[in-house]
Amino acid sequence: MNGFPILSVILFAPVAGALLLVFIPPAEHKLIKAVAATATFVSLALTVYAYAVYDQAVGGLQFVERVPWIKDLGVTYFLGVDGISLPMLLLIAIIGFTAIFASWNVNMRPREFFILFLTLVTGVMGTFVSMDLFIFLLFYEVVVIPIYIMVVIWGSTKRVTKEYAGMKLTIYLLVGSAFLLVAVIAVFIQALLITGKPDFSIYGLARVAFPLGFQRWTFAFMLFGFGSLLSMWPFHSWSPDGYAGAPTAVSMVHAGVLKKIGGYGLIRIALLILPGGAAYWAPTIAVLGVAGAAYAAFGALAQKDLKYIVGYSSVSHMGYVLLGIASLNVIGINGAVANMFAHGIMAALFFSTIGFVYEKTHTRWVPDLGGLFQQMPRVGVAFVLAGLASLGLPGLISFVPEFTIFLGSFGRYGGLSVVAIATIIITALFVLRAVANTLYGPRREEYDHLTDIRGPEMVPLAVLGTVLVVGGLVPSLLFNMINSGVTPLVASVTHTLRIGGVL
Amino acid sequence: MDWSLMDIEIATAVLGLGLLVLGLIVPHNARRGLGWLTVLGLAGILALSIGTWSHQGSLYGGMYIVDSYSTFFKEIFLTAAILVTLGSMRYVDEQVGYQAEYYGILVFATLGMMVMASAGDFITLYLGLELMTIAFIILVALRKTDGKSVEAGIKYVLLAGLSSAVLLFGLSLVYGLTGTVNIIRIALLLSRGAFPPVLILGLVLLVAGLGFKISAVPFHMWAPDVYEGAPTPITAFLGTGSKAASFAVVLRLFTAGFSGVWANWTLMVAILAAVTMVVGNLVAIPQTNIKRLLAYSSVAQAGYILVGVVTASPAGVKAVLFYAFIYVFATVGAFTVVANVFAQTGSDEIRDYAGLSQRSPLSAAMMLFALLSMAGIPPLAGFAGKFYLFATVIQGYPWLAVIGLVMSMVSVYYYLRVVLVMYRDEPLDPSPITLSSPVALTMVIAMVATLVIGFYPGPLANVTDLAARSFFVLR
Repeated sequence: MNGFPILSVILFAPVAGALLLVFIPPAEHKLIKAVAATATFVSLALTVYAYAVYDQAVGGLQFVERVPWIKDLGVTYFLGVDGISLPMLLLIAIIGFTAIFASWNVNMRPREFFILFLTLVTGVMGTFVSMDLFIFLLFYEVVVIPIYIMVVIWGSTKRVTKEYAGMKLTIYLLVGSAFLLVAVIAVFIQALLITGKPDFSIYGLARVAFPLGFQRWTFAFMLFGFGSLLSMWPFHSWSPDGYAGAPTAVSMVHAGVLKKIGGYGLIRIALLILPGGAAYWAPTIAVLGVAGAAYAAFGALAQKDLKYIVGYSSVSHMGYVLLGIASLNVIGINGAVANMFAHGIMAALFFSTIGFVYEKTHTRWVPDLGGLFQQMPRVGVAFVLAGLASLGLPGLISFVPEFTIFLGSFGRYGGLSVVAIATIIITALFVLRAVANTLYGPRREEYDHLTDIRGPEMVPLAVLGTVLVVGGLVPSLLFNMINSGVTPLVASVTHTLRIGGVL
Repeated sequence: MDWSLMDIEIATAVLGLGLLVLGLIVPHNARRGLGWLTVLGLAGILALSIGTWSHQGSLYGGMYIVDSYSTFFKEIFLTAAILVTLGSMRYVDEQVGYQAEYYGILVFATLGMMVMASAGDFITLYLGLELMTIAFIILVALRKTDGKSVEAGIKYVLLAGLSSAVLLFGLSLVYGLTGTVNIIRIALLLSRGAFPPVLILGLVLLVAGLGFKISAVPFHMWAPDVYEGAPTPITAFLGTGSKAASFAVVLRLFTAGFSGVWANWTLMVAILAAVTMVVGNLVAIPQTNIKRLLAYSSVAQAGYILVGVVTASPAGVKAVLFYAFIYVFATVGAFTVVANVFAQTGSDEIRDYAGLSQRSPLSAAMMLFALLSMAGIPPLAGFAGKFYLFATVIQGYPWLAVIGLVMSMVSVYYYLRVVLVMYRDEPLDPSPITLSSPVALTMVIAMVATLVIGFYPGPLANVTDLAARSFFVLR
């Protein structure tokens, strides 16, 4: 496959699909969905292929494509994947594909829906494969507007209006990105002053020795930008409202992958380029992470709307990720990346299942539900599977990552890790309670007419469920890959810190 | 004396006069063709200016400077004029009339801007400024049976006259102190020694006079009223061409002429830019009329461009050139939609844009692209433009970059409200809004340019870089 631009094809297959949709008559609902599914399937198949043939022994960036783009800024169209970005790319490919099927019943203006959705998928993919900071930013902000439009048109108004939810989500992300942008521009200009040559590639910037004081404030800005995307406490409040307002596919992509751009950016960009800043802020990150994990777990406990429960739970899980990143060692960061993948799959399954429940029963209010296992066993299986993964049951995908995070962070932040571990108990409490009150209990007559998911609706359960189980039983599939990417990154960071005398 | 340096201006003057004469000869019903004639003429002049790109020099001992910097600005004016003419044909035929006068005076306004961009001394500068302003006064008040248009015309006459007077007073003070009107000679004199405090007064008056033209806060009050009342295509031209020409003068005067004195003034400009960005964006939020919203947004845009003026470095000049160019497409695109919607619904209220995405998908998409580009959302051109602008101040004034970028994101709030109405709401009147072919062409050009420059800003960056360098060579 030498010379075949596999990453570009993965990236632009959804765009091609979206362009094709423009020319399809809006009434052809089946055809529209088929085109969208095909486009994302092409990306998924190629990503799986890339994942399989990536040479972990060699490591580093592979499938590299490099075209000079903007000379005076030193921007290159620079694509490549390594052990950190490949799992993330696989995540969005899987979720993008399954989300199409989770939205199979969208019959209001489906053409616009899928055009926006495919744009969103491309934007997310782009952030994971671009190794140039400028190109990264291009893709990073592309995602915001489609999400907003999708929330306000196809979203649902329950506790807060969808306009409120959409605008809140958008403003949070944009203000975060404004700070991120300031940091990126500052880093670029500072590097230009030091080296005298414009270069926007992430690895090029990582080689520049920035002054320590400069690293501290730019890292803080990046932390705010990426942190608000990752729903870092206390900048998380957009997340439950946003997910509740958003249509199913958007919740899936948003909770599943989009948030992870925050974590990915912290590791790949902030940590790699500004290791001194990272070392300075790591304790803060750990505290905020654990505070968020605990706070959001209690928050979830108080919720009665299924989407809010999962929304808070996802804020809580991101706390673990932050704790893993803050450990600044290979084990902790391995765990953080793996947990992002695991949580992505699990959250996507959760939201798609809730989507089906809501679509059929027209409620997400836990007290109004009950006994659904009897009418909809397949929905029940999906729900239980996602729930058990959420509380970190061994044998499912999220156990090993969480375990690894605690292992990696314990040496550095003993007490905080204990708090984080204790949070799992609360997670178990609210997850099991939600599962029990929704699925079990006496049969409810009013839901007797409901049909179980079938046909295309089964795809999310089948695909995501398989990944949950396989990833849990054979964690090495995921961990070897991630390890091959994290080890050199952490080595480079520690090396820089030693030279700088920070460690 | 190399007269061929003035080819572009001469051609423009001939075109303008030709249009006025043709208006007298051609029978009434055939005057609709004048629009196309204007477009072709301007396009030819644009091609000519691209062809003579490297032809540089100065005339009359530095009174008139032709460098890549001024040529690039002329290309901005021409592009804006072409797009405005294309987009306004139907509007002029149905809402205004007086085709010959409209197009002819539009061309003369363009000529005035060109003279401003090339001005090497105060007299030429003022000549260009007045040519442009008087042409705009006529254009603003051209719908003379419409109360709002006349009101806007009167307001523009009074305030433009006032600001011209202030500017002129400032120029005369500087002349009195230095004994010359030539900008480069002033720079030389000022670099030699200290000048009395009266010079500061002169500079303050210049800032006030020019601040009015670029609608910087606190000299922006006229903008919303005039923008609202003027015929919409003229509003677009006022927002792009007039503003760009004034920035050409600002750069020439302050960074070339008063460079020594100016170095101590950057903080003041930075504050001016910050205040303009904040006020423009915040006041835009409660607007319900699309033209007023765009007017305040254009005030905010002036603030962004001022950021490039702060450092007065080659990078800053380049950023101003880059942004002024891409801003043309976004603004003219947006106002073309407004003009066309008004021509069919008779309303400029945002709530009447409900369901525009269903009534005219192209218009809604154009509006979306234009607004997001102004907000600086990638992959549209505004993002690259803001990147260049804020990169110039990140070292000296990081707080200005923070304010600017946060305010850009605030602007997304009110831009998205328009998007919301266009895309989410069901139309009150579902009849489609038709687009005539020149209007559709304008929109397609503006959209493609916004998108292509956003994805691939390299070539434009190179050209603006050359232009910015030439600015510092001749100095």
